[in-house]
Amino acid sequence: MDTRIDVYPTHEIAGYPVRAGRPLPFGATLVPGGVNFSIFSRHATACSLVLFEKGATEPLAELPFPAEFRIGDVFCMIVFGLDVEEIEYGYRMDGPFDPARGHRFDKTKILSDPHARLLAGRNVWGAEPDWSAPYPHRARIAFDDFDWQGDRSPGIPLEDLVIYELHVRSFTQHPSSEVKNRGTYAGLAEKIPYLKELGVNCVELMPIFEFDEFENSRVNQETGERLLNYWGYSTVGFFAPKAGFAATGRLGMQMDELKTLVRQLHEAGIEVMLDVVFNHTAEGNENGPYISFRGLDNQAYYILTPEGYYYNFSGCGNTLNCNNPVVRAFVLDCLRYWAAEYHIDGFRFDLASILGRDLQGAPLANPPLLESLAYDPILSKCKLVAEAWDAGGLYQVGSFPAYGRWAEWNGRFRDDIRKFLKGDTGLAGAVATRVLGSADLYGWNQRGPTASINFVTCHDGFTLHDLVAYNGKHNEANGEQNRDGSNDNESWNCGWEGESSDEGVLTLRRRQMKNAIAMLLVSNGVPMLLAGDEFARTQYGNNNNYCHDTELSWIDWNRQKAFPDLHRFVQKMIAFRRAHPVLRPTRHLTGEVSSASGLPQVSFHGTRAWQADFSPQSRVLAYLLDGAQAKGGTVPDATLYIAFNMYWEPLTFELPFPPATTRWHVFANTGCPSPDDIFAPGEEPELPQQDAILVGGRSVLILVAR
Amino acid sequence: MALTSSLEIGNNVAKITLAGRLDASTAQQFRDLVDQAAAKKVKAVALLLTNLEYMASAGLRVIVFARQKMGAAVKLYVVGSQPVVQETIEVSGFSQAVTLMPAYDAATIEK
Repeated sequence: MDTRIDVYPTHEIAGYPVRAGRPLPFGATLVPGGVNFSIFSRHATACSLVLFEKGATEPLAELPFPAEFRIGDVFCMIVFGLDVEEIEYGYRMDGPFDPARGHRFDKTKILSDPHARLLAGRNVWGAEPDWSAPYPHRARIAFDDFDWQGDRSPGIPLEDLVIYELHVRSFTQHPSSEVKNRGTYAGLAEKIPYLKELGVNCVELMPIFEFDEFENSRVNQETGERLLNYWGYSTVGFFAPKAGFAATGRLGMQMDELKTLVRQLHEAGIEVMLDVVFNHTAEGNENGPYISFRGLDNQAYYILTPEGYYYNFSGCGNTLNCNNPVVRAFVLDCLRYWAAEYHIDGFRFDLASILGRDLQGAPLANPPLLESLAYDPILSKCKLVAEAWDAGGLYQVGSFPAYGRWAEWNGRFRDDIRKFLKGDTGLAGAVATRVLGSADLYGWNQRGPTASINFVTCHDGFTLHDLVAYNGKHNEANGEQNRDGSNDNESWNCGWEGESSDEGVLTLRRRQMKNAIAMLLVSNGVPMLLAGDEFARTQYGNNNNYCHDTELSWIDWNRQKAFPDLHRFVQKMIAFRRAHPVLRPTRHLTGEVSSASGLPQVSFHGTRAWQADFSPQSRVLAYLLDGAQAKGGTVPDATLYIAFNMYWEPLTFELPFPPATTRWHVFANTGCPSPDDIFAPGEEPELPQQDAILVGGRSVLILVAR
Repeated sequence: MALTSSLEIGNNVAKITLAGRLDASTAQQFRDLVDQAAAKKVKAVALLLTNLEYMASAGLRVIVFARQKMGAAVKLYVVGSQPVVQETIEVSGFSQAVTLMPAYDAATIEK
């Protein structure tokens, strides 16, 4: 039987058989016999499809869209007989250049398709680009033939997640990673056994949308180092994975390699969250390059001042106009694509508060984009996490429009825990609130503790090691005379600034790192670890490491051998969290007393049992979690007693009675040297004296009743 | 250098031998052989790649096509691929869809 011809050419343009296309989906889509090209522009007067042979500077052909191929504001055309493996494409738009009205059309530029799923031009990380290339970020046609082999999301409830934030290249680029494909998705896949053994169940990948590591690249005059846009918080292609992170990028197979990574992580029970940057693009301000949006329809895509300049709420030159309905649909399309085509389990939105600003930049009470994302049917199982502030002064931790879905990076958790850790007084009350899931922020509106992504360190700022080794930032290598980066680090160097050989200092640092890890992993809410902190990764005091493709950024796996006790401690703390549902409530704990145990869900203590010290001088907090009421009493768990002594001297803590028929066992005591600092859950030794214990200076004690 | 290719069918196995460079310009040649093999209702397909020096993404796409065209019941073997070719197959995840084997093992393939 002959195949019925459904779509056939009606026109010939520039020697190619074509016909009017379909406006949806946007982008380049394979259809029988050809490729459907569809692109939006409201204000363009004319548009051409520009075709290239792979890698060629000069176009192969230019196909102007006839007027009848434009439906509404969408240019669409099916081109037949293309060798889809061999071509690249872009668009040339004509229209007004009138910045005061927001228009910056320039028909001399070739523009990348914002829906391109595959981009060539930066195929190999760090390969010097041809700066004179008229079309540097080249759209290609993608295939959907990946075999997922039945893959599905692990579907881990938010409260059970242990997030591990990492940069794909940093994770394995150091030779000590001992992987075959260093610095790539494939290299990360080789480390899956390590992640499994550590116990984390979600990796959060710093930006992996195509970016240009050479954007604003410059040479540090003092060191001669070439500084890059290493982190990649500046998107070139929102639908395209970063080719330079793929061992197969030079073959254009980054889609397959990344999907393979996701599939393998899922097989290991590990979810994948992407750090996504929708607040701005790589086009910068009015002096920046034409990559795509500026030349496609500047006025639609960017928030502009009345004079037509770019508002800079992102601190990066421009601000994406996220609540313009067209842009909103673009963001939604993009996230749906990653959820559906890459099986991504969640998204962390960089400077998410920008997503809640209106067309003039004012914060909205009910931002349509955030609402759309929260209720989207395709994203309904994805975790949505906001970095709930922006560089324009909006700070929404605790008040981000959540629609019952959004969680937030809890910056207050980080700040309070850091201050408490370094021995500041008067924080016992704040810390009690933080470790119980920040009810002050997420209790009043029924969001619950899982709205709180708890962290002590993240890619921004000091690593955990540097938090306890530096009082101030040391960003000289960034080439800005140490002016960049935050000054509010709430860090303490334990007596010596930077690298030290003093045993006393080093021992204290180890203990402080364990203290921070213990506080993070017992806290209600969702813990997030920074990759490498489990073996004391250092950036030598640099707290704004965005530009270094050097050992300053790369994880040095040799340190795992230098800090085996810390690594073991982190692993056991994760296992402990997993073993005790009482640490993972979905509602904030209260003082409600159980008739079964006679204990409140949570009670606070000090050096005297049942007498918490919330005074302005206090450096001490202890609390008891009633295991009988874990998850509202629906699952059996042990009762836990947790004590933080952030005073520098040892203090005797009088212990509350353990529940009847049980005795206190020591799970962790950071005041003890390894291996007695922590035990495997279930193998904790019994505490000889049950009514009191001496807790060392700056130490954390965790007891289990069984 | 171009691609030389051949197809040989026997014992319910289709042996496709490829030598030279498999890229976008030569992938169709490979694809035609896959089509012919599929028409013969074989139980296994063996891709003999000892003399294949380079495989571009277009070539890998044909392997995916072969997998789909043959159906799950037909085993697909990649035999004797050079390290650079094998590496590409592994890293891009296609090794899940095929069985990699250093040399033609009749006992396994023709069983």
